[in-house]
Amino acid sequence: MAGAKEIRTKIASIKSTQKITKAMEMVAASKMRRAQERMRAARPYAEKIRRVIGHISAASPDYRHPFTIERAVKSVGMVIISTDRGLCGGLNTNLFKSVLVQLREFQAQGVEVHLTLIGSKGLAFFRRLKLPVVSSITHLGDRPHLADLIGTIKVQLDMYLEGKTDRLFLVHNRFVNTMSQKAEALQLLPAIVQDAGDLQDRWDYIYEPSAAELLEGYMTRYIESQVYQAAVENVACEMASRMVAMKSASDNAGKLIDELQLVYNKARQAAITKELAEIVGGAAAV
Amino acid sequence: MASSIHVDIVSAEGEIYSGSAAMVFVPAAAGELGIAPRHAPLLTTLKAGEVRVQPAGGGEEQLFWVGGGAIEIQPHLVTVLADTAARAKDLDEAAAQAAKQRAEEALKDRSGEMDLAEAQAELLRAVAQLRAIEKLRKMKRA
Repeated sequence: MAGAKEIRTKIASIKSTQKITKAMEMVAASKMRRAQERMRAARPYAEKIRRVIGHISAASPDYRHPFTIERAVKSVGMVIISTDRGLCGGLNTNLFKSVLVQLREFQAQGVEVHLTLIGSKGLAFFRRLKLPVVSSITHLGDRPHLADLIGTIKVQLDMYLEGKTDRLFLVHNRFVNTMSQKAEALQLLPAIVQDAGDLQDRWDYIYEPSAAELLEGYMTRYIESQVYQAAVENVACEMASRMVAMKSASDNAGKLIDELQLVYNKARQAAITKELAEIVGGAAAV
Repeated sequence: MASSIHVDIVSAEGEIYSGSAAMVFVPAAAGELGIAPRHAPLLTTLKAGEVRVQPAGGGEEQLFWVGGGAIEIQPHLVTVLADTAARAKDLDEAAAQAAKQRAEEALKDRSGEMDLAEAQAELLRAVAQLRAIEKLRKMKRA
């Protein structure tokens, strides 16, 4: 039988681990709520900008921005959003697996891939694959700012404009609900612009400066806002996933403590019985 | 209502204002622009400056600071797309350069974090092996 003291220290150490996982669970829960709010707050901007782009393309059908023109695919860009920290279940792993499947497909077709990595977990993982990483940013924190993302995205947009890539994808985790997050790939470029159907009569804007210049600015901001939204959504996913992972860790710790407590009680009882037997035996000998 | 115009001010990180106004003033690229209801459709960019909104039906004038952005005007609708970041061509260019450099450095720096990740994986594997061995021993004993 293991010594009672050993078991007691083990129980104490598991208890302190449980305290940590419980605290992490609660922190993740409150951070998740805030991230979800930010997710909601970012939505109007993307919607409005999409509407404006729809208006412009409906109003001036003769001009088409390079961002909306389809090309034969020889090389693609990928923006992959992952978390900065671990202990969030299988969130990153699932995302990377889905990316690897896509990468294999591209490889089979002989398509080159240029990566942009947001989040240090992604950087650590994809650096091993020896694929060209054109830009990256890590440690955005729980509250990503659009300003930090602009440069990182611009590298990919420039490559697209220069014809070095023919398509741009965004891979991130979609927040379905607290229990489930889904890896999702979204095509950013060429952008699919739907006509604004609510325009009854066709009229044109007064442009200041030219339509082309304005459209460029709008398109860039639209794509940036999509990446920003994905980054915020990924934070919500990270927190939800961490919350669930930490909850199951706390539950497991509880179970372990119960089991150890049982073993401890048995050991204690056995020790007492042994001692009694010894005393009785000793008394009989005298 | 013909005498009011709906105003939405949004930035990428959140909605700033939404409501109807009697008059809106914005810092357009070509100079300050006053927008009354039934303004001609106009698209333009904004400079850094303040957006002033006079609410419909009186009330105090509201002030918002924007760091630039864009505006879409339709006869009954004004949408201000405010930038949260200071933007200029060369600023964006510098940020892009920095992002490229970060990626290059991260790829070059194969010693630090990389080894740590690998060591962690190795450790996990060893722990799993140990656990398996322990189980085997117990089974033999039983």
